[in-house]
Amino acid sequence: MNGNEVTPQAATSADGLVATPVVSLRHVRKVYGGAAGEKVALADITFDVARGEFACVVGPSGAGKTTLLRTLAGLAQPTSGEALFEGTPLRSVPPGIGVVFQDYGRSLYPWLTVARNVELPLRVRGVPKAERAERVTEVLASVGLADAGRSYPWQLSGGMQQRVAIARSLAYRPDLLLMDEPFASVDAQTRFELEDLILRVRQEFGVTVVFVTHDIDEAVYLADRVIAISKSPGVVTEIVDITLPRPRDQITTKADPAFARYREHLLGLVMQGR
Amino acid sequence: MPPGVAWLRLVGQGATRVWLFAVLFLVWWFWSAGSKSLYFPPLSQILKSVWDQWVTGPARAELTTSLEHLLVGYVIAALVGIGVGALLWSLRYLRDATSPYLYFLYVLPAPVLVPAAMTLFGIGFTMKVVLIAFAAVWPTLLNTLDGMSGVDQVKLDTARVLGVSPAGRVLRVVLPAAAPQIVAGLRNSLQVAIILMVVSEWEASSDGIGFYISNAQQSFDYVGMWSSFIVLAIIGIIANLLFVAAENRALHWHYGARAVEGRNR
Repeated sequence: MNGNEVTPQAATSADGLVATPVVSLRHVRKVYGGAAGEKVALADITFDVARGEFACVVGPSGAGKTTLLRTLAGLAQPTSGEALFEGTPLRSVPPGIGVVFQDYGRSLYPWLTVARNVELPLRVRGVPKAERAERVTEVLASVGLADAGRSYPWQLSGGMQQRVAIARSLAYRPDLLLMDEPFASVDAQTRFELEDLILRVRQEFGVTVVFVTHDIDEAVYLADRVIAISKSPGVVTEIVDITLPRPRDQITTKADPAFARYREHLLGLVMQGR
Repeated sequence: MPPGVAWLRLVGQGATRVWLFAVLFLVWWFWSAGSKSLYFPPLSQILKSVWDQWVTGPARAELTTSLEHLLVGYVIAALVGIGVGALLWSLRYLRDATSPYLYFLYVLPAPVLVPAAMTLFGIGFTMKVVLIAFAAVWPTLLNTLDGMSGVDQVKLDTARVLGVSPAGRVLRVVLPAAAPQIVAGLRNSLQVAIILMVVSEWEASSDGIGFYISNAQQSFDYVGMWSSFIVLAIIGIIANLLFVAAENRALHWHYGARAVEGRNR
């Protein structure tokens, strides 16, 4: 199914120098609210994500997964600690990051057609018109929506709308794609299709992915590494390398005894972390 | 369904909308036909006066004058309402400081300002346009402010992530997202503008439909008075039809999305 997939690049580049991680979090702490009621969303988070890697962040509800993703996107600033994107501290949203939010109904613009939605990031980057049209066509074809450009998002099914959101995030070829429980609002069948889609396009576009989910099966199936975080105080409990062979397949990968072991181990971590 | 049935259904729908109008029209026509009353002249005379006075006759000038006031006043109200509403939305400090006064001006019935407006601007074109614009600005302004404040944070975050500049976020995201509510405000403003068009003219004027009405009433020309009511109603209907046509064009995505939402519920 994911025919042309290869294993991710190592953290060390060809000339032997250690490459800068795409994402680097150093003791990130995020506290909301003032004197009345302080809420610690993230207590102390440290991890790196290497170029080309697919990292999944799992944790129970309320473990600050969304806060973590907003921090990685530059949408929220850490209260203390440091969040680096390609070695530079994140002060605002850098141009090389794409984000797919959970709720496609809220993140797609209903007044724009599918093609116009996907074109928007190119338009604001000043990409010439002919090239814009070409890239929109190309990226819509990659997510299997070659014929949907003239439709409005609300005319499509939920799964198709999330494909549009993915296409829009990939249109400007970001180095890093952040995904916040992107498949939580679609049915199981569509979810499997979208999981395989994201494995394929990340290969096609050579993009590093940080994928937040509460679904452990999904995390193990997709990831090179799973970062488990716990609820209150919001720390990294363990980082698990997933060495399941690629290309992965919904049936054979999930039938692999190693898959079950990862699953059991991570489930234990997440249950503990509640 | 066979085409004959579809056609019948269309006729049926048309008939549903028209029958009451037809009944009322006929009742008025026959009931007033032999009327000798000075106050309630026959409908035939009123309609003749609409044609002779307003369509082909001298009252056409009054009509043009009034529509000029309405158009200029309403366009100013719309532009100022959206502009100032957007400004207040973007400057929280200014919004908090001005909100009590905005509310005070909003609840003040605009017709009471006619004497003040006359003192300041005389009884000419400027006075009427200012009055119409002043009264009609509030629904648009407050709806713009409210609509923009209600824009979904996810839509704004998405725009930031996609690299849309702050100005671009206002034009490409906030304005279209708030458009349904802004348009609702514009529609209210239109009604207020039509009311003020008439009121400003009959209080203090030498021309316009409002002037014609008060003049007709004072000179016992009740046919002329009734005919101006009909003309006003027609203006209202046409203005509303034009508005709805523009609205359907601009907000087709909104109604489309809402229809889909309704089906899924």
